Amino acid sequence: MTPGEIKAVILDILEGIAPDEDLSGLKDDVPLREQLELDSMDFLDIVMELRKRYRVQIPEDDYVNLATMNSTVEYLAPLMKDLS
Amino acid sequence: MIAGLPERDRIVITGVGLTAPNGDDLGAFRDSLLAGRSGVTPYEIRYVGQTVAGVCHFDELRYQKKKDLRRGTRAGSVGIYCASEAIRDAGLDWENVDRSMVGIYIGVTEHGNVETENEIHELKGFDYDTKFWSHHHNPRTVANNPAGEISLSLGITGPHYTIGAACAAGNAGIIQGAQMLRLGECDVALAGGVSESIHTFGIFASFKSQGALATHDDPHRASRPFDVDRNGIVVAEGGCLYVLERMDDARRRGAKIYGEIAGYAINSDASDFVLPNPERQAQCMQLALKRAGLNADDVDIVSTHATGTASGDTQECLALRSVFGESRNTRFNNAKSFIGHAMGAAGALELAGNLPSFADGVCHATINVDQLDPDCALNGLVVNQPREEKRVDVILNNSFGMLGINSVLIVKRV
Repeated sequence: MTPGEIKAVILDILEGIAPDEDLSGLKDDVPLREQLELDSMDFLDIVMELRKRYRVQIPEDDYVNLATMNSTVEYLAPLMKDLS
Repeated sequence: MIAGLPERDRIVITGVGLTAPNGDDLGAFRDSLLAGRSGVTPYEIRYVGQTVAGVCHFDELRYQKKKDLRRGTRAGSVGIYCASEAIRDAGLDWENVDRSMVGIYIGVTEHGNVETENEIHELKGFDYDTKFWSHHHNPRTVANNPAGEISLSLGITGPHYTIGAACAAGNAGIIQGAQMLRLGECDVALAGGVSESIHTFGIFASFKSQGALATHDDPHRASRPFDVDRNGIVVAEGGCLYVLERMDDARRRGAKIYGEIAGYAINSDASDFVLPNPERQAQCMQLALKRAGLNADDVDIVSTHATGTASGDTQECLALRSVFGESRNTRFNNAKSFIGHAMGAAGALELAGNLPSFADGVCHATINVDQLDPDCALNGLVVNQPREEKRVDVILNNSFGMLGINSVLIVKRV
């Protein structure tokens, strides 16, 4: 999976978690929680969706890497590079 | 003794919010009851397959966002809709209401089955590996969930909890609200009951195994209390919450008053898990009448609990005869024949269906009676067509549940 494909996956997950929000203007380098109404349960939804869809396990200590779109894609790239 | 209380201890209904399978507000619900319009439709649920149910069609997005719906439960959503509608109907100046003095008291038959079944169904796809079990499970299944979602949605910081009382829960929620107002625990009570039960296959499967799940080629005719060919319960979802206030508060703000909580009682059969006990039911009605300072003959309408099971209907009729046998004025009806059994919401919804009688003087019917069971042939049973009365002053609302819980609520015209 390329970084672009990983970003598309994250956007798809976010659409499900924040169905009332317009994601078109999302800035990749700004924390997601500053742009969207996301609480800790929503963040766990991102982690759970990645686990369910791709069996990607994200340790709790690594959640900090999911702050922005850029940091999320960068963190997931090596974990998802062999997935299609 | 409730009769003769001072004004600050008299509790009145000043707002109604509801969703039923045949109407999403009091006017529409009442119109359906007078028109003989059923809300029972074909319904399919996992594992059980095709059946019938009372399904609600209220606008979920009127008071919630899509995200709220995703996060919460159907029972929470029903509750938020009903609470918001009731507050609006009551004409409360909500922005200036002290929300720390609003109490939320929600009757439920059960809660958590829907969410647990959904999670287990999902988990099956992951070979029951619990690391795929949702972190939403606990907040969705805690017993106070339906009341808590109302608190979160409306910013109410007073007490909130549910009252688990099987199918007596709707009345129990209202009674709890009235008691808390009298105790001064709140100034406004949002009280009644909700049900999301059509979304759990377990309730259908269990009634089916018990031989108590209704079947009929025509869903509209499946719920038929008192008919010789009745064959069980139609499960329904729904909700009905009231704004309750003390009489002096309601009068001070010039509120519209639907009626006064004149008397109530809750007791227990202590005799069987599922079979009703007419002696205890009769005692419950008698106690409510005594507290209201009324005789049986003072009651104009009895909203029966009858669910369409052979045992339940006939046993309730035994109890009714023992209490109202000498009464010449009392009429009997049944709302489940229109919408099915809305479980935790049933008692509250069935009362609501009768409240407009104070204004229009009409007693709605029990429908789907082709051949009346002789054991259920009560004098005063209003069969298939509504009946115009000269005047309706007192309604007695029966609601009974498994494990032998009986609740009776009496509301009178103000």
